[in-house]
Amino acid sequence: MTEQQTKEINARNERYNKYVESVTPKTGTFVSLLKAFVIGGITCVIAELIGDGLSTLLPSLSDELVSSYTSMIIVSVAIFFTGFGFYDVIARHGGAGSFLPITGFANAMSSAALEYKSEGLILGTSVKMFTVVGPVVVNGIVWSTFAGIVRYLVMLIFGV
Amino acid sequence: MSVFPDTWWGVVLSYLAVFAGGGLLCASAQMFIIKTKLTPARILVIFLLFGVFLQTIGVFDFLKSIFGSGITVPIVGFGAGLAEGAIKGAQTYGILGAFAGGLIQTAFGVGAAVVASYIVTLLFNSKSK
Repeated sequence: MTEQQTKEINARNERYNKYVESVTPKTGTFVSLLKAFVIGGITCVIAELIGDGLSTLLPSLSDELVSSYTSMIIVSVAIFFTGFGFYDVIARHGGAGSFLPITGFANAMSSAALEYKSEGLILGTSVKMFTVVGPVVVNGIVWSTFAGIVRYLVMLIFGV
Repeated sequence: MSVFPDTWWGVVLSYLAVFAGGGLLCASAQMFIIKTKLTPARILVIFLLFGVFLQTIGVFDFLKSIFGSGITVPIVGFGAGLAEGAIKGAQTYGILGAFAGGLIQTAFGVGAAVVASYIVTLLFNSKSK
């Protein structure tokens, strides 16, 4: 390749990058942060309301069961929202506000399951259900096991 | 379990803390999306490991008493729950308990998610474009 050609390619790349920059929306930053904040915050407030409601209705329930039942409820609701196509509407605006809460985890799982339904329930849905959330589940199990072992050793050595 | 008093303004404050905590975590994840080239999957793993870390060093319960669902509902809470279970498991059953505890602790949510996803798949068809 001659020097002339290299120069031309570089100039073209630069023009292209400028073009990409000019068509990428810029207004986004602040608005998207605000939307993520509000949608994430509202999701957590709804979960808190459900938890408070559960412990008011069923006072004998332990705090641990209240939070387990609460996550079952919000996860199931998010998955049915995914089925009806509502969750996409939230996700379009929420960004991280819609994928960081556990409802986003549920949405990622169910939308993968739904998307591959056409390939069959076993080879499609069952295989692909964890394609998106797999990294979270695997890393969660590995590193929490490690955490358990570390704290166990700390308990043996230091007694805490 | 909450640091806020049992009065009406204590309840209001606790809900504000839930909103602020959840909002801040999500906004900081959004910041990762804007400022870095990390994909959502990587960001999820980072926040998950942050939760595991907070639980391991023992500060998660304190944060939970302030932010409530604001920190337990984001994926940070899932990581903390896994770690809490693994730590409890190891302390109850010995070192091998660490392998089971995390799954036991989070099984309600994960089980519900798998079953509900399966049911929804049977009931609906993909709306994707």
